[in-house]
Amino acid sequence: MGHTGVGVIDNAEGAFFNPSSLVHLKNRLEIAAGVSVVYSKIQWQNQGTGQSERTHNAPSTPLYIYSNYHINDQFSVGLSVFTPYGSVVEYTTDWPGSHLVNKIDLSAFYIQPHVAYRINEKLSVAAGPIIAIGSVEFNRNLSRTMTDIDGNRSNVTIDASGVVKLGWHLSATYVPMEGLTVGATYRSEMIMDPTDGDAKFRNLPNSPITNFKDTKISAELPLPAELLVGVAYEFDKWTLAFDYNHAFWDVYKSLDIYFEDESIPDSKNPRNYKNSSSYRFGAQYQLNEKIALRAGYYFDQTPVQSGYFAPETPRGDSHNFTIGGGYNFSSNFRVDVAFMYIHFKEINESYDHYSEAGIVEGGAKVPFGGDWKTSGLVPSIGLTYRM
Amino acid sequence: MKILYKIFIASAFLTLVACDTDFDDKVTDAGFYDSGTADVSAFVAVGNSLTAGYADAALYKSGQEYSFPNILASRFEFAGGGTFTQPLMADNYGGLLFQGQKIAQNRMVLGFDAEGNPAPTELDAVPTTEVTDHLSGPFHNMGVPGAKSFHLVAPGYGNVAGVPAGLANPYYPRFASSANASVIEDAMTVDASFFSLWIGNNDILGYATSGGVGVDQAGNIDPTTYGGNDITDPNVFGAVYSQLLEGLTANGAKGVVTNIPDVTTIPYFTTVPYNAVPLDEATAAMVNANFEGYNDQILPLMVAQGVIDAEEATLRKVNFTAGQNAPIIADKDLTDLTDILLNLGIVDPATAHLVGQLRQAKAEDLLLLPSSSVIGTLADPSNPMSIMGVAVPLPDELVLTKKEQARVHNAMVSYNSTIQALAGQHDLAFVDANALLTQLAEGGLPYDAGMLTSEYVTGGAFSLDGVHPTARGYAFIANEMVRVINAKYSANLPVVNIGEYPTITPHNNPSLN
Repeated sequence: MGHTGVGVIDNAEGAFFNPSSLVHLKNRLEIAAGVSVVYSKIQWQNQGTGQSERTHNAPSTPLYIYSNYHINDQFSVGLSVFTPYGSVVEYTTDWPGSHLVNKIDLSAFYIQPHVAYRINEKLSVAAGPIIAIGSVEFNRNLSRTMTDIDGNRSNVTIDASGVVKLGWHLSATYVPMEGLTVGATYRSEMIMDPTDGDAKFRNLPNSPITNFKDTKISAELPLPAELLVGVAYEFDKWTLAFDYNHAFWDVYKSLDIYFEDESIPDSKNPRNYKNSSSYRFGAQYQLNEKIALRAGYYFDQTPVQSGYFAPETPRGDSHNFTIGGGYNFSSNFRVDVAFMYIHFKEINESYDHYSEAGIVEGGAKVPFGGDWKTSGLVPSIGLTYRM
Repeated sequence: MKILYKIFIASAFLTLVACDTDFDDKVTDAGFYDSGTADVSAFVAVGNSLTAGYADAALYKSGQEYSFPNILASRFEFAGGGTFTQPLMADNYGGLLFQGQKIAQNRMVLGFDAEGNPAPTELDAVPTTEVTDHLSGPFHNMGVPGAKSFHLVAPGYGNVAGVPAGLANPYYPRFASSANASVIEDAMTVDASFFSLWIGNNDILGYATSGGVGVDQAGNIDPTTYGGNDITDPNVFGAVYSQLLEGLTANGAKGVVTNIPDVTTIPYFTTVPYNAVPLDEATAAMVNANFEGYNDQILPLMVAQGVIDAEEATLRKVNFTAGQNAPIIADKDLTDLTDILLNLGIVDPATAHLVGQLRQAKAEDLLLLPSSSVIGTLADPSNPMSIMGVAVPLPDELVLTKKEQARVHNAMVSYNSTIQALAGQHDLAFVDANALLTQLAEGGLPYDAGMLTSEYVTGGAFSLDGVHPTARGYAFIANEMVRVINAKYSANLPVVNIGEYPTITPHNNPSLN
């Protein structure tokens, strides 16, 4: 449904969009679980030099488990586990942008308990903590040209896993009249700050000026705060929904990596993200008791600013199209399937803030750019159980 | 009805997905780039060390992979170019073995001493390239390090039997088609549709890098009588160059030719300043005292006797001051006073030999790169007074004097006018390397990380031998060739990003712990 849901009262998936809506669920217990497979392809080319590259990204599989238990008419509680961010971007090793990234594997998953309280017929609220667990593995070449004596490119792998951070969420739902629901959710910002990550250097020249030993690293990677606002209207067999999301990405100014070994200069990588919005439209048609049909569209604004287009997240604005449906096997079981196509426009962009170290280059800023085309295909399937 | 409608939506969706996932214009599409009126399907490169990819005083595998012909071939691949084979060395170290004996040094690397000062040194490794291990061609890169113009047409230049006596080139036997083959014959068996030719550098460089110890053979049209460090007669050059182009264009091939840079623009000659000797007031006075006899008695006497003129006497006066000083040198072009002084018996034999062709270097003289490790050292370790450049003159082979430069310059001008004229006659693309290297030396050439300059070590253009380019420098040359080919033959070939090519390799012998 265009990934709308803030105003939709439907099933335990509300735990993701708007936990306060969950008080409206009639069943004592609802559990929903599902998985998506994200197939993404990134293409780059430089028309001046004829260089081109396609990624070989392993499909990522974001999953979710949402649950809600109806204690009484006022209270519901539940626990959800889901992956809001996660991707593997893998280029051919030593590709022309390898001094920025060869491969990056990012994942975060949230454990989000909630307590929802129904204040009156029309209004309900919910709150709870978020436990975010993240990890990152990232490899890049040390410069555009540094190699060992045999010509193998010098590179570094940064690895930080099991980084835990606490946040919180707050949501509210208001039902002004029958069939119309308005909701809002806020998830707090969480700054992942690994202090015990590893840096491993390989293929270094045998020289005192590149004598980097494997060491520990610390870094700061923000997961931005998010505000979701939505409205849904049900009539006849239709449900129409509109969501607005705002991600507070301007917290992400720079990706800085600090090496415990003092002799290794810290790596500062400007990112300068801006706050971004997305606008989502969804529709559902209940064909009959068993079958529901869905379609949707959303426009996702990119947080990346011009001149800061780094190859690890080569994304401009995107148009996203979804179709899907649900099938009620019984009053207890429902299966949902969906298919999403992510369309990025072809874009010519660059990352202009990389400084090349070296006795010849002396820290000069060198841009890396070209034509970019990204696309994604996401089939997903989910199961809901209600009691 | 509703079902059909849904199926329609689904298929429209999938069609949209399938059609939308590529660039509107893909660089990998046939026809995105093209070679214009030139046919680049078979490419042969003919020349010397600059064509072979020699750098850091050696030929080594990764250096060859960065040779300008290999880079050019990678551009040709976008427009129908075929495979480009090179006679690769066996390793990345660079040295040569002849029947197990090392006959050429390994590549130079940039070491750093304990104080963090850069110190270029030879890589400490055991080379594995054996000259007598023959490689089967034909090869597209026919660049032979050390080759002068007339060597390319000489049969037997790659005869392995001639290597120990220095009668054959040590690199060519590895890939010559037979003992009696010539480079041009082997190049022509490729039957190339496109060629590059860059030759003539060693015809003056041998003389220049040996500090002018050889002979300017202008007027001698028999190259078989030349020594290794002699300057080739311009008519010999012209005749050979013409012969080479006739051979390479015989089948209608098109090509690109490059002219000869001015030696005064390369760091081998411009790194050591002419006044590289620092002296304090006291030492300067002491040294001057030693040369008082030379300045005030010997020189005036020689003028009075008509042996030398007043101008030469002035040129030969030695005077040290506090601060930076020019070293004393032995200049072959000065009148040799040794025997006259010995016959006159007015000085001891040691002094006679010392002042025979003595003067100080002047601003127009060029001190060669190796002189930096000689100036200030002791000629005789047991004699603390025997300081090179102060008490003992720098030998002829470390200095390229103004007169020696003039001989080199005259030959270069001649060669270049021949190259340009013949390029025009055969309607070939032409790269003015002379102008490029002058610009490089006078301010630099811009690229995405700043300026490429001819500064030794840090400039990015020249490798550690001070003569040959780095991979980045070769990439720059390849780009210039692409530009002139695009202009001349209405082609549309892509360039390379020279910033992606390496420059200097930092490496310390022995290994760090």
